Amino acid sequence: MDADTLKQRLAALPSAAVQELDHARRGFSLDVSLPPAQLVAAVRILDEAGYFIETITGVDWLGENAAKIKEAQAAAAAKKAAAAKKAAEARKAAEEAGEPLPEEAAAEEPEAEAAPPEPAVDDMEAIYDFNRYDRCHRVTLRTRTPRDKPSVPSIANIYQAAHWHERETHDFFGIVFEGHGYLVPLLLPEDADYHPLRKDYSA
Amino acid sequence: MTAIAQSASNETFVLNLGPQHPATHGVLRVKLVMDGEYIVEAEPVLGYIHRMHEKMGENRTWAQFLPNTGRMDYLHALAYNHNYVCLVERAAGIEVPERAEYIRVITNELNRISSHLLWFGAFVLDLGGFSPLLYAFDDREQILDLLEAVTGSRLTYCYYRFGGVYNDVDQDFLDGSKAFVARLRERMPMYHNLVTKNIILMKRLQDIGFIDAEMCRKYGATGPVARGAGIDFDVRRHEPYSVYPRFDFDIPVYSGCDSMARYMVRMDEMEQSMRIIEQAVGSIPEGPVMAAKAPKTIKPPKGDYYHAVETARGSFGIRAVSDGTNTPYRMKLRTPSFSNLVTFGEAAKGMLLPDALALMGSLDLVIPEIDR
Repeated sequence: MDADTLKQRLAALPSAAVQELDHARRGFSLDVSLPPAQLVAAVRILDEAGYFIETITGVDWLGENAAKIKEAQAAAAAKKAAAAKKAAEARKAAEEAGEPLPEEAAAEEPEAEAAPPEPAVDDMEAIYDFNRYDRCHRVTLRTRTPRDKPSVPSIANIYQAAHWHERETHDFFGIVFEGHGYLVPLLLPEDADYHPLRKDYSA
Repeated sequence: MTAIAQSASNETFVLNLGPQHPATHGVLRVKLVMDGEYIVEAEPVLGYIHRMHEKMGENRTWAQFLPNTGRMDYLHALAYNHNYVCLVERAAGIEVPERAEYIRVITNELNRISSHLLWFGAFVLDLGGFSPLLYAFDDREQILDLLEAVTGSRLTYCYYRFGGVYNDVDQDFLDGSKAFVARLRERMPMYHNLVTKNIILMKRLQDIGFIDAEMCRKYGATGPVARGAGIDFDVRRHEPYSVYPRFDFDIPVYSGCDSMARYMVRMDEMEQSMRIIEQAVGSIPEGPVMAAKAPKTIKPPKGDYYHAVETARGSFGIRAVSDGTNTPYRMKLRTPSFSNLVTFGEAAKGMLLPDALALMGSLDLVIPEIDR
């Protein structure tokens, strides 16, 4: 399967977003975001295409939504300040020129403000890296799951290496891999019930 | 109750190998379900020296994490150094002067040979032969002296910097590298006569420890394990970095899929590394060893970055997520031995215990790199 066919097949999955990246700049060629329900189908496509699995990992996006809201508010405030400044300048220019003042109502007409994003649950992301042995073509699958109850399907029955990688990711992030069957700590002590790579974990 | 205990029937017993067994070269424990002298099930147990390097990466600046990289694979530390500086250079867009690239290649390949020499000695030791270890250490010592002179340390090197290397090499180092290559060239036939052609070694390795190409793919095995299964995969060719494309060298590939194939791959790799060193020493350009415009604080633009290099054990990759500050948001270390060791559980099934130890030796594991 060549790269274009693979890209088309992955893009054909429902709600999948495929992005091509510059390998020299970023280190991977294809970045695919998809919902957890489509993960197994995507991994099967990569398996058929002869890709090998490099690694599985997670990213904790704690505070992402709060940051987005803050960013949106800051952008709105900046826009408002700019508009006010512009109006003030226009007034000043008009005064100096002795022209009649521009209508206040027009200058201060409140713009339709974009509603700030709703506070939502932050995400936990599972990332899967695949590559080929014959030529370099790194494909990244990423899937997001709510942080308070993270769960994605296991792919350990397609790629046996996932057995360990998923256990490791479960150790560090607490992501549950449905259907794994043996999610006991791999690198942490066998009775560990904490997840050190979560952003709110501190020893 | 663990899966392994469930599978044990009345005819079998559980044997614990390790956590500190001479054949595991590090703090690894393997739970074996044995039927007499045959292995029914094997489950490696990890994490005895886990240090959470990934979390450390998220709590330090990009520059502060650099010394950590040498602490993971203490036998080929410069490859780990190299991958990390390459990753940061890729993310932050730093150019490296030519001379620095050549120095990196020379020191890296010397380090690869020293790693393979240690593996060679320890592997034969696992099989019961003691003398080759002493011969290999004698040669390895020459490399450690050379590298100590330029890097200042003997194992956990931290020599590369973002945009170059810490200090320039002198003529003594270049001459010493040349002399070392000449010396090892002379000694390789002796190793082959003493060990490779030894009938006991052949009987212990040939057709034993089966890991084929399809298994490598499913487990993500790389390095000599994959090349011993007939896969022509070497990151230096596959995803070229540094100045490797300028040198003429071969990728040794054997299709035996057995312990002997993996043994032969590493022996041949030492020859190829010597070829690279010779070419690099012969054509090293003059000039600076540090980029003129290397930024003081590293703040890569937001996004994901990946970089991989070929270490003595296979493909080592770092995935870093930057949030635009001077500290990485997430740092994932994909280590080769981790993926290579997963194959052990399947490959060891049905083997005799001593053969399983030979198989484990043929994987060339470095435990701190698995545990991180």
